[in-house]
Amino acid sequence: MLSRHQEGMDPLDAHSLATAFTPLAGLAGGILIGLSAILLMGGLGRVAGVSGIFGALLGRWRPDNAWRALFILGLLAGTILTSLLGGFDSNSMAFPGNPMTTVVGGLLVGLGTTLGAGCTSGHGICGIARLSMRSIVSTGVFMFFAVATVYLMRHVIGAS
Amino acid sequence: MDKLTALLAGLLFGAGITVSGMVNPMKVQNFLDLSGDWDPTLLFVMAAALAVTYAGYQLVLKAPRPRFALAFILPSLQGIDERLIGGAVVFGLGWGLTGFCPGPAVASLVFGYWPSALFVLSMAAGMAIASHLFLGTDESPSDG
Repeated sequence: MLSRHQEGMDPLDAHSLATAFTPLAGLAGGILIGLSAILLMGGLGRVAGVSGIFGALLGRWRPDNAWRALFILGLLAGTILTSLLGGFDSNSMAFPGNPMTTVVGGLLVGLGTTLGAGCTSGHGICGIARLSMRSIVSTGVFMFFAVATVYLMRHVIGAS
Repeated sequence: MDKLTALLAGLLFGAGITVSGMVNPMKVQNFLDLSGDWDPTLLFVMAAALAVTYAGYQLVLKAPRPRFALAFILPSLQGIDERLIGGAVVFGLGWGLTGFCPGPAVASLVFGYWPSALFVLSMAAGMAIASHLFLGTDESPSDG
């Protein structure tokens, strides 16, 4: 099931599932993410891993949470600015699944990234860039299970 | 300067996941759907981010310490254990189910759609449960 939240869009229109392949925008975005990781390491000596940064903000406040809060604030501001400047059309947002899969998926992502100590940014980009074996293994495993889940959902069960 | 650096790093990160379209969970799920309407964009995002970060880390980690802090805080955990693998499996299931990983999910809050808020709240609950029940602390060791 596809839920769109724009008026005038048919949420059951199967074609709206597809998204355009945008390699140049992808490369540009990847470069910006890389620059962010370099800036955070060169400036503050920290890994740009969003699950770690966001997760630490949920715990007791500690002095080094100031940079984390500012990073998240910047993340939100960067998203707003990029959309305002025409770098992204927020009307193209589309959410797979339904409220139940969203809650279950959120719980799993929170549990998994905390237990596994990182996500797509911390392990997938910063960790692999340090040639960390833990990050290489983690990224391989979560990529594999994400692909398998989507295959099961879309092509076996036929949901989503 | 350290505060400004953190803000600017967040700004660049947000701009990157937004301009690449990764903030849209459908686009990410389409990347994961190898046998469907495959959208390879995420591959290009990862490749560029990795190349830039790898080259940049080579340079900045040569310095004795970061510009605005006392030391580089690099993940101290070593070795492949059940927790790393189990965590990656569970994360992969949730990522596939929703198309959301933490960065894009938090960033997408700004567009005001309810699935973003529902996901981030659930993710925060999952993080709290994991650190209190399994790690016995609210300061979880992290690779990133």
